[in-house]
Amino acid sequence: MAADGGTLVARRGKDLLRFLTCGSVDDGKSTLIGRLLYDCSLILDDQLVTLREESRRLGTTGDDIDFSLLLDGLEDERQQKITIDVAYRFFATRERAFAVADTPGHEQYTRNMATGASTCELAIILVDARKGVLPQTKRHAFITALLGIRHLVLAVNKMDLVGFDEHCFEEIATQFAAFAVGLGDLSVRVIPLSARSGDNVTTGSAHMPWYHGPTLLEHLHSIEVTAFGDELPFRFPVQWVNRPNSDFRGFSGTVVSGSVAPGDMVLVGSSGHSARVKEIVSFDGALARAAEGDAVTLTLDSEIDIARGDLLADPRDRPECVDQFAAHIIWLSEQPLVPSRSYLLKIGTRTVPATITALKYRIDVETLAQLADKTLGLNEIGFCNLATATPIAFDPYKANRHTGAFILIDRLTNETAGAGMIAFGLRRAGNIRWQALSVGREQRAVLKGQTPAVLWLTGLSGAGKSTIADLVEKQLLAMGLHTMLLDGDNLRHGLNRDLGFTDADRVENIRRAGEVAKLMTEAGLIVVSSFISPFRAERRMVRELTAPAPFFEIFVDTPLEECIRRDPKGLYAKATAGRIENFTGFDSPYEPPEAPEFRVVTTTAAPEAAAEHIVEGLRRRQII
Amino acid sequence: MLHLARKAFFPANPPFPVLHIDTGWKFGEMIAFRDETARRFGLDLLVHTNKNGKARGINPITSGSSLHTAVMKTEALKQALDHYRFDAAFGGARRDEEKSRAKERIFSLRSAEHGWNPKKQRPELWRLYNTRLSLGESMRVFPLSNWTELDVWEYIAVEGIPVVPLYFAKRRPVVKRHDVWIMVDDERLPLKRGERPEMRLIRFRTLGCYPLTGAIESTAATPDDILDELRRSRWSERQGRLIDNDEEAAMERKKREGYF
Repeated sequence: MAADGGTLVARRGKDLLRFLTCGSVDDGKSTLIGRLLYDCSLILDDQLVTLREESRRLGTTGDDIDFSLLLDGLEDERQQKITIDVAYRFFATRERAFAVADTPGHEQYTRNMATGASTCELAIILVDARKGVLPQTKRHAFITALLGIRHLVLAVNKMDLVGFDEHCFEEIATQFAAFAVGLGDLSVRVIPLSARSGDNVTTGSAHMPWYHGPTLLEHLHSIEVTAFGDELPFRFPVQWVNRPNSDFRGFSGTVVSGSVAPGDMVLVGSSGHSARVKEIVSFDGALARAAEGDAVTLTLDSEIDIARGDLLADPRDRPECVDQFAAHIIWLSEQPLVPSRSYLLKIGTRTVPATITALKYRIDVETLAQLADKTLGLNEIGFCNLATATPIAFDPYKANRHTGAFILIDRLTNETAGAGMIAFGLRRAGNIRWQALSVGREQRAVLKGQTPAVLWLTGLSGAGKSTIADLVEKQLLAMGLHTMLLDGDNLRHGLNRDLGFTDADRVENIRRAGEVAKLMTEAGLIVVSSFISPFRAERRMVRELTAPAPFFEIFVDTPLEECIRRDPKGLYAKATAGRIENFTGFDSPYEPPEAPEFRVVTTTAAPEAAAEHIVEGLRRRQII
Repeated sequence: MLHLARKAFFPANPPFPVLHIDTGWKFGEMIAFRDETARRFGLDLLVHTNKNGKARGINPITSGSSLHTAVMKTEALKQALDHYRFDAAFGGARRDEEKSRAKERIFSLRSAEHGWNPKKQRPELWRLYNTRLSLGESMRVFPLSNWTELDVWEYIAVEGIPVVPLYFAKRRPVVKRHDVWIMVDDERLPLKRGERPEMRLIRFRTLGCYPLTGAIESTAATPDDILDELRRSRWSERQGRLIDNDEEAAMERKKREGYF
């Protein structure tokens, strides 16, 4: 629904170029845009008055206008004289309309740069002529190329400060060209300029007669951009099922590539079912065709199952549909990526749980080297395998930006933790089919005359989980029920003996335990599990994994001081002495359950009473 | 924005009510247009006024623009959002209006207290918006973020969208204050000694509380006239809004406190 601005400008007969400016701190990005706007007479009078006044008070350019103050709008930015956040500007010259994203150079805000780059067709990367190509320059060039930008401009700024020296310029151009070779198929233009004095921005420079190329603005005018998605097959992520009354059922959304007309067959990416388009419904009447960017409602000639999140596509050129794929991921969160942890993945209009099953390698963006690593930190980029809870329809990012891009959302904080670009589906996912079995979980459970369930005890080390779990299992056994006890320590001697105690290994430990618990419930058993399982995200993952079996989270609530006092395994003594790392409660966090089914407080109840409380609760809920 | 929403959900009606924060000092013509529009489209129109502020006698003339805006707009908006428990509110703000708005997301997360934290904004890549909320949080959503004032008028002209007549030039009674024309919309605007309203051909580029909104002298009487005028204009749109210039970073501060 958010019609992109600029498309309107474009329809006034000018085509639109979206570009971003990036580079290191103080390379003069904001100044360059300010200069561009000023020289094109696009800064309005009242803005200019404010700007002149502020330049005198806050500026760093003496009596001249400090153009950076025009874009650095946030208080902190003005005080610290840096750009923190992406600023968007929209302007038009006689020849062309532009949308520009001014993105921060500060390393900690690199994620904003990726944000700006995701919707642009051209990137201007600034370098300070005195400093040359910096690590940050390479990082930005790599990110823009990774995000699919095919036109790069290297703006060698502050040429006035190196005496407009040709040799200096040539050296930087050569250095950058050598790096850019590794970035694939790119068009690169290198321009020597001075944003402050205006040389080669909109007018040529008398100071650099040795440069015969275009000015920056001439270059921006000349770039041919083929609209994304023009030649691509039809893709339409369903945003909303439109049902105003029982007679009408339509599918609303925006065409992200290709086009569609009444009579065309369309296919649902995930199910493979297809139907014919009956009508393209719009507020302004039925349409003969809907193309990229059009927000419409489609009605179909037959009732097939379609919901929000489905991808409608051209059946002659289908999207892939798998639950495992490889992708580049840019990590955007201060909390590092945890392989095996469940995140929410949003692609198009669909959101599904997903995990990173393997971090194949991290990319050193300065050397483009592939490095082995266990996690990705803020601003790091890696190549990963992912698995989604249900298959998703997609195109590789290189083929289609809109159907190949996704974001990862942290399930606890809800922050946008990562951005991804799908490289390819993993054939494995396509080849391993679910074996249809003739004996199901119900039959096995019926034979045992019980309801399979998972009792999941969580709490600090020494809280009393194993003791209580043992007592619960004894009582269930005495009632003639079939049970199995999974104990964290015991599993670490066998199935999980390759795992340590880092956050990543703890997550994998619980994932495996969850998979085992799931198999046990399918076998018809009541599973009693005893794991510290310190993170909410993983406890939730096990709950979802073992569904439809009823899941009972049992919080064995013993304060840390009491656990230290008891110290049944002598571990707290060791941790206190600094001989154990990553010990829960010490240097590794425990996230207590927010809404457990049972909570037993061991400082007031004996283990026997706690076990009785749990068994009684199961009886009340008619599990046993 | 209403027009876009009606188009987006067609043939269904927009599945949400519309909310107006009425400070009691809006232009009469604007209120009439509001009610007429709601009636014409069968909209579920909610109007909220900060009764407490009204009882305290807060007004734009003697209380000053900052206090009036804080109490009758920002505070009132928060009251209404809390009262109806809205988890999202659409607004028509655009990035080209003002510097801190240029940095705001399309899906702008607000805390349980409705505050905006410009340093903790979620990155927005491609067209993928993260709409997840934690308990108590809400979203302000700005579908027109990337439009310019010119885009808006192009669209109004192309689609023939009815707008408040105050946007078009007409002879109206005005007085000059702080170098801008203030319209004498009703008898509540106190006139200074010797000050006499004069009839001038004026129009508004933006509509706020009438004693705080400056008009421009103009002859533009149709959307096409306005487009011509804008293309020649050397002044930005919010020049007439007195509340933005109270202090540097005024808008950012208001937004941190919960302003739209």
